[in-house]
Amino acid sequence: MSVLSELQKASLSPTPDFHPENHPMDDFLRMDRMPHIWCSTCGIGVSVNCFAKALEKCQIPLDQVVVVSGIGCTGRVAGYVKVDSFHTTHGRAIPFATGMKLANPKLKVIVFSGDGDIIAIGGNHFINAARRNIDITVICVNNFNYAMTGGQLASTTPEGSVLSTSPFGSYEFPFNLPFLAESVGAVYVARWTSLHVYNQTVSMVEALKKPGFSFIEVIAPCPTIFERQQKMGDGLDRLRWYCENSDIRNGASTKDVDIRLRDRMVVGKFVDVERPTYLEAMNAHYRERLGSKYKDYEG
Amino acid sequence: MPVRQREKPFGFPKPETPHGEIVILEERCKGCGFCIEYCPHDVLVLSKKFNAKGYHPPEVVKAELCVDCGFCRMICPEFAIYTYELKTGEKP
Repeated sequence: MSVLSELQKASLSPTPDFHPENHPMDDFLRMDRMPHIWCSTCGIGVSVNCFAKALEKCQIPLDQVVVVSGIGCTGRVAGYVKVDSFHTTHGRAIPFATGMKLANPKLKVIVFSGDGDIIAIGGNHFINAARRNIDITVICVNNFNYAMTGGQLASTTPEGSVLSTSPFGSYEFPFNLPFLAESVGAVYVARWTSLHVYNQTVSMVEALKKPGFSFIEVIAPCPTIFERQQKMGDGLDRLRWYCENSDIRNGASTKDVDIRLRDRMVVGKFVDVERPTYLEAMNAHYRERLGSKYKDYEG
Repeated sequence: MPVRQREKPFGFPKPETPHGEIVILEERCKGCGFCIEYCPHDVLVLSKKFNAKGYHPPEVVKAELCVDCGFCRMICPEFAIYTYELKTGEKP
């Protein structure tokens, strides 16, 4: 930093209770584990920023927040945030979160994981948690492949993508995640890209406040593997591409929002409905059946 | 009623543009260039110097144009840049 700006900083006083020598994220991150392993121009760090901002906006005390992650690049989030966090086995982030929510319903449980973890290996857990409407928030960072293990074909890879296990292009039909989440009963479904930071933050705030299974898909660039293999440039080129080729269509039918490799994609908030959560439904059912003998379960 | 029409006859002062101070933690930077690309006033450029990891961190060139929008802080995946608002009347 130049001498001039040092002088200016010494003479000017910023707003009180703010320390200009510390990054505002330093209180939220485990700084002894920094720098993180994510590649240059990866989009996962942007989502962590948005998540911290959303927690700040909701004013949830951090000792009531639990972050659960599986395995993968995005699974590292649980190790980096300074809240109670669990780095679980591959694909089993949602069962861990379900158990935690049922044991202590006062906690805010957030599953922060990747597409290979939540949808491919933990796909069964995902659809069953959404069916039961467990009160958790799922943030799924979708980079279209298994990035940490070297770029294998995932269940979200668009058709025609060249990856290390599909050298002549993928021919499998990929999942359309918002459609999947809505069809199995999620009450809040949104999709944003790494570029839409404020929309992403607002969506996270709404999802944290929403009782029930809320699902946010974040399309993130994977410059080292996916973008390089498709010859799409680095993450910055990809963000420019997102800017030009994404249409914000809130409330669009989730059937029409599937992603193709080099086609325009639809982002926005697709589903926001009300449905009784698992614990509400259980309490209402037993109250009706057992009458005054039943005491509501509150953890 | 639009703000401008309401304010004019009563002589309220024009709302002041906030001024921000940018802090770059150069050793954390991985040179992705998101902050440079998406700064709305083009305050930042890529510098020619290297940090310890061998990346080029950004450099502030037009500090007086920063309005503390905070977009660079939100889009930085490395938590390496942030802004804070200077008090009114103390322009850099």
